[in-house]
Amino acid sequence: MITFMNNSDSEEEPCNERTSLMSAESPPVPSYQDGRQASEAGEAQAHRKRRAGSSRSPNNAAGGEHTDSRVPVRESALENEEEELTLKYGAKHVIMLFVPVTLCMIVVVATIKSVRFYTEKNGQLIYTPFSEDTPSVGQRLLNSVLNTIIMISVIIVMTVFLVLLYKYRCYKFIHGWLILSSLMLLFLFTYIYLGEVLKTYNVAMDYPTLFLVIWNFGAVGMICIHWKGPLQLQQAYLIMISALMALVFIKYLPEWSAWVILGAISIYDLMAVLCPKGPLRMLVETAQERNEPIFPALIYSSAMMWTVGMAKPDTAARGPSQQPWDAAEDGKEHHRSPSHTDSQMSEMRSPVPTRQVASLEELEEEERGVKLGLGDFIFYSVLVGKAAATASGDWNTTLACFVAILIGLCLTLLLLAVFKKALPALPISITFGLIFYFSTDNLVRPFMDTLASHQLYI
Amino acid sequence: PAFGLFLFTIARDPLRIIILIAGAFFWLVSLLLSSLIWFIAVKASDPRDEQLQKGLLIFGVMFSVLLQEAFRFLYYKLLRKAIEGLVALSEDGCSPISIQQMAYVAGVGFGLMSGAFSMINLLADALGPGTVGIHGDSQLYFLTSAFMTMVLIFLHTFWGILFFHGCEHRRWWEITAVVVMHLTVSGSSFCNPLYVGSLVPSYLLMAAAAAWAYLLSGGSAQNLRRFLLCK
Repeated sequence: MITFMNNSDSEEEPCNERTSLMSAESPPVPSYQDGRQASEAGEAQAHRKRRAGSSRSPNNAAGGEHTDSRVPVRESALENEEEELTLKYGAKHVIMLFVPVTLCMIVVVATIKSVRFYTEKNGQLIYTPFSEDTPSVGQRLLNSVLNTIIMISVIIVMTVFLVLLYKYRCYKFIHGWLILSSLMLLFLFTYIYLGEVLKTYNVAMDYPTLFLVIWNFGAVGMICIHWKGPLQLQQAYLIMISALMALVFIKYLPEWSAWVILGAISIYDLMAVLCPKGPLRMLVETAQERNEPIFPALIYSSAMMWTVGMAKPDTAARGPSQQPWDAAEDGKEHHRSPSHTDSQMSEMRSPVPTRQVASLEELEEEERGVKLGLGDFIFYSVLVGKAAATASGDWNTTLACFVAILIGLCLTLLLLAVFKKALPALPISITFGLIFYFSTDNLVRPFMDTLASHQLYI
Repeated sequence: PAFGLFLFTIARDPLRIIILIAGAFFWLVSLLLSSLIWFIAVKASDPRDEQLQKGLLIFGVMFSVLLQEAFRFLYYKLLRKAIEGLVALSEDGCSPISIQQMAYVAGVGFGLMSGAFSMINLLADALGPGTVGIHGDSQLYFLTSAFMTMVLIFLHTFWGILFFHGCEHRRWWEITAVVVMHLTVSGSSFCNPLYVGSLVPSYLLMAAAAAWAYLLSGGSAQNLRRFLLCK
């Protein structure tokens, strides 16, 4: 799901979170490296292709049973090549997402471990009004559940509001909102963060220097995120603001509420993306119908986008092979997909990272990349950060949650390859993460501690 | 060294990274289950009885070893299916990664995870103030832990190769040899703090496993000589 970190005016208003995972890949892509799905994917592919009216045939082994004899040889050869590339790039996409998620988590964990500020309890957000300092367990549980309900309803309201705005084409309003929130994130939160880090390491910095640094950081960030900028810089900025937001959450959400919220939000994510009337799904579909990219400030894109100018000569060169794909692509899930063949070919010619254009009306070619919403980053980091902050088993628990989240991400991407439409990225990872957190903290920790004290090895 | 292994051999290929993380995950799950069993056993027993606790601990360790090997087997099965899928999907009928490479990567995954879990709290504490062995324990605690962890990581790697090879060629004795070796190494760690008893056998076993895995992977004394002399 696309996740969206919108911080409006006050620090206490968290944003509207939507999380989704969208793939920019072409439909007839067989599943990735995991052979379990190969046969189903192959079958699904076969059906989909037949439905789409194209005359290609999937050439995988699950296919020995597929006997579509209308396949022109040229296209099947092309397709084999594509599948091969797809497979290689399948694993590559997963890694392209692993790296930023890992980086974000590392930043959050490092900060939590070193800077005291983020683990002190200094009050709560207005969205979680019920305090958790109550004497009885039942009361505490009740309070956290109430907090969660409030938080989730706030998120739902904001999401629906955003979708309505999008539907009725109030783009200016949305852009203004996004700009305002990223402005606040970039400047205010960075100022606080920098202040705390400097305090921790006892480094003195005078106000003019601070002003200069933050101004530069913020200005470049605004330009990078909302306008053009080198892809890696944009990715770095998105990672940083996700980390900042996650830190804010970790600080201001009370203990039990945080866990319940994590659970509730993955359920919400599941429903919002998969239910036909879910707001996120409607957003994605509307964006695809209009062939517009979703706002760049909401999504982390691992792909490189070609500018339209550069794409044209490529298009001309590969004209004939594009036709059947276009026909199949019209109603497909992602508006960038029509040029997957081209993009695959382009990949073979050492893709050149060009500047990302914020909103293009036409279909541009793009190296197949996966998009992950920023809220996914944020919640993964919140999980791992909370594990680092509150677990008494320290690093073991953090490590376990980290691996669990990565595996969840892997599985989600696998499902993405199978289902070929926007999927919620939160549920599987967060579920694994939660399971591993609680079990590692309570079960594994005493075991490992006892082993370590006797210096036994398993 | 294990991290160096990772950097040089695995970080290039994304498929290997995924297999690595999945291997680490499987080890983690096995650890989880074994600690669950141990926890239940401890809770169900008398916490004041020292001997019983120690016995339970030993039981826990052995059980964990067996579970780890069981999970290695499961992982092997999974990777077999994955290879079939990969072969099916690739255009020239051979998969982009061979089962031996997978075995190696799986072994490294297991090893890294187990090493991380063994060492990382130690490292974190080592950063802080304190004296080693202040209560009459050995002063070499950190050093020996480091060495032991390293040997265990390497052993896991080699065991991965041996295990998968045994499963491939249906040589049950290889598999049992791996299990026995693992049990021996864990058992030898019971001799701690008499470090001679645990480190030396472990290193010997590691050398043996290394040689065995090397031979299995198609190496030979000649290859080794050629490599060393940079021909």
